[in-house]
Amino acid sequence: MINNLWIHPALILISGAILMPLVPKALKKTYLLIVPILTFATVFSMQGLNGNYGIVSFLDTPLIFGRVDSLSMVFAYIMSLMCIIGTIYGLNVEEDCQHMAAWLYAAGSLGVILCGDYLVLFIFWELMAFASVFLVWFRRTPQALSSGYRYLIVHTAGGMALLAGLVLRYQATGGDLSFGPVGVDAPSLSTYLIMIGFLLNAAAPPLHAWLPDAYSEATFNGAVFLCAFTTKTAVYVLARGFAGMEILIPIGVCMALYGIVYALLQNDARKLLAYDIIAKVGFMVAAVGVGSDLAINGVCALAFAHILYKSLLFMGCGAVLHMTGTCQLSELGGLYRKMPKTLIFTLVGCLSISAFPFFSGFTTKAMIMSAMFEEHKNIYAFLLMAASAGTFLVAGLKLPYFIWFGKEQPGTEPNRKAADPPLNMQIAMAIGAFLSILLGCYTPWLYKMLPFPALAAEYHAYSTYHIFETLQVLGFTGLFFYLFSKMLAPKPGMTIDMDWFYRIIGRSILWFAKKPVQTLDNNVGEGYRTIGLIPLMATARFSSWFDWNIIDGVVDGLARTVRGTGGLVRNFQSGRLQSNIFLSVFVVAVLITIFVFA
Amino acid sequence: MIVNLIDFLRNRLGLIKLVGLAIIILLVAGDWLLVSKEHAHTSMEKIPGFWSIFGLASAVVLVIASKCLEGLGIARREDYYDK
Repeated sequence: MINNLWIHPALILISGAILMPLVPKALKKTYLLIVPILTFATVFSMQGLNGNYGIVSFLDTPLIFGRVDSLSMVFAYIMSLMCIIGTIYGLNVEEDCQHMAAWLYAAGSLGVILCGDYLVLFIFWELMAFASVFLVWFRRTPQALSSGYRYLIVHTAGGMALLAGLVLRYQATGGDLSFGPVGVDAPSLSTYLIMIGFLLNAAAPPLHAWLPDAYSEATFNGAVFLCAFTTKTAVYVLARGFAGMEILIPIGVCMALYGIVYALLQNDARKLLAYDIIAKVGFMVAAVGVGSDLAINGVCALAFAHILYKSLLFMGCGAVLHMTGTCQLSELGGLYRKMPKTLIFTLVGCLSISAFPFFSGFTTKAMIMSAMFEEHKNIYAFLLMAASAGTFLVAGLKLPYFIWFGKEQPGTEPNRKAADPPLNMQIAMAIGAFLSILLGCYTPWLYKMLPFPALAAEYHAYSTYHIFETLQVLGFTGLFFYLFSKMLAPKPGMTIDMDWFYRIIGRSILWFAKKPVQTLDNNVGEGYRTIGLIPLMATARFSSWFDWNIIDGVVDGLARTVRGTGGLVRNFQSGRLQSNIFLSVFVVAVLITIFVFA
Repeated sequence: MIVNLIDFLRNRLGLIKLVGLAIIILLVAGDWLLVSKEHAHTSMEKIPGFWSIFGLASAVVLVIASKCLEGLGIARREDYYDK
């Protein structure tokens, strides 16, 4: 019975996006609120369900659109919640298309999270890529346009790897497309191809450069959606399929360290946050590699908290960008006078991401660390702890210090334009900040939703040891920042990353196409004209002459003879009866004379 | 209100520095004297103030690593790709 009633939450968002242009302008804002809330309510109503819903038969293969279990529900919950926050944040954006793209993107993410087989997964996977690129393109700067194209090309390549992997898997399993644990004990080529497809979306180096490239060029509200969905959906599919895949531990740790080291060098606030996403997703990927129940709980918990605090930070920096027109740290400073509310909300995000007690990072990241130590991955665990210190340095100190404190730059255009953003943006930030604190203070809210709730209920983040461990790391990182903040002072400029390879290779291909290939093409064209076209034309002219004078001459000559003879004969046929009788009698007389005398 | 509070604190930077220093000292002292290390994951963590040293060392190493990377020539002008 419930199977018939089951509505896919992505369907609500997709229909909402399609119907949006028909909604009258007066009702638009209400509509923008109702559709995501309805989506969230649908997800919320599915809490506690378990099983497969929305099964559609396609070419004798059952396609599962709705696999509802605790792992998919916790992700669907936070994604649909994020869709509400992101839409409220962008409520002052008049363009329908931007909201449509954001909703289709969120729908793609929900589709992937709830799907039960690879075919449905692939469709929604591509929907995500193609919808999200518009959130970059709508910035409408030349940089955003080209960045969007790079984003699309890279994701298409990742999609190809995924598709190749699932085709191979389809053959190897004899037509089984169901999406579940892939069998990490005996990985085959298909396993690795699927993993590469997933890891590209999780932004694992060297397949990560698309993320800072695109997220720093996106619209101010588009980046809020982008920072939440793509990477965390990838974390979900990795947790679903690759739990316990050992190689993910070093990959995740590399992501964490790489992200932090690069974030330290950034001048663009959103690029800094984008590199920090790579670092934080690294924690999740490493925990997927560990694969124990506690680790998977930690993956879900950190993903949940990360979506809230990272979007909060992107909202804060988006507000700075929206109001001042820039996100470059070297052009900002001392904004606390102009944007105090934004500062407070962003600070909550900073404290959460740095895992201060009573904020969301503290109660969630600890699970991953405990799981790493429990499984005796001590070296990796220490490296991740070092990355945690780096996160505080980058996102907890450098970012707020150089935007809101630091050296005030009075008289500059960004400083003059700075002010707290429109109310809807403040409300969205307030919701994000409230939920980040709630997660840190009231753990059962999240812990009950985790895939292993019994294990989570036994977990106590607020042990004296953990509090002192965290505060010491934070305190001494802070001391370092106080002593050496000059070393971290932002400098105008950018850093080159792995995208250098395809941007330079792309440029070389363009140069190759423009210069050598085009020159060759021109030369071949000229050569062909000289040695090919001219003799050909001469031959053609000769053929034409030959045809006209010789062949036609013969044919026409025959025709002319017939015509001449005809004309001659016509002279004899005067039409007069007596002449005809005379001519006939004359001819007959001649014939008789010849016959008689010959 | 928020602005006034921040200005109030900014005018008393010396005091804030002292409070910060006191907190850091208390943390190390607390770790040494108060915290039970029976839940420590490794024996290293039994060193008093281990996580303080670890935090400071991590920050130093990460910043040095980023400076080395910068030294390799990855830092470019804003319009590097537009040329």
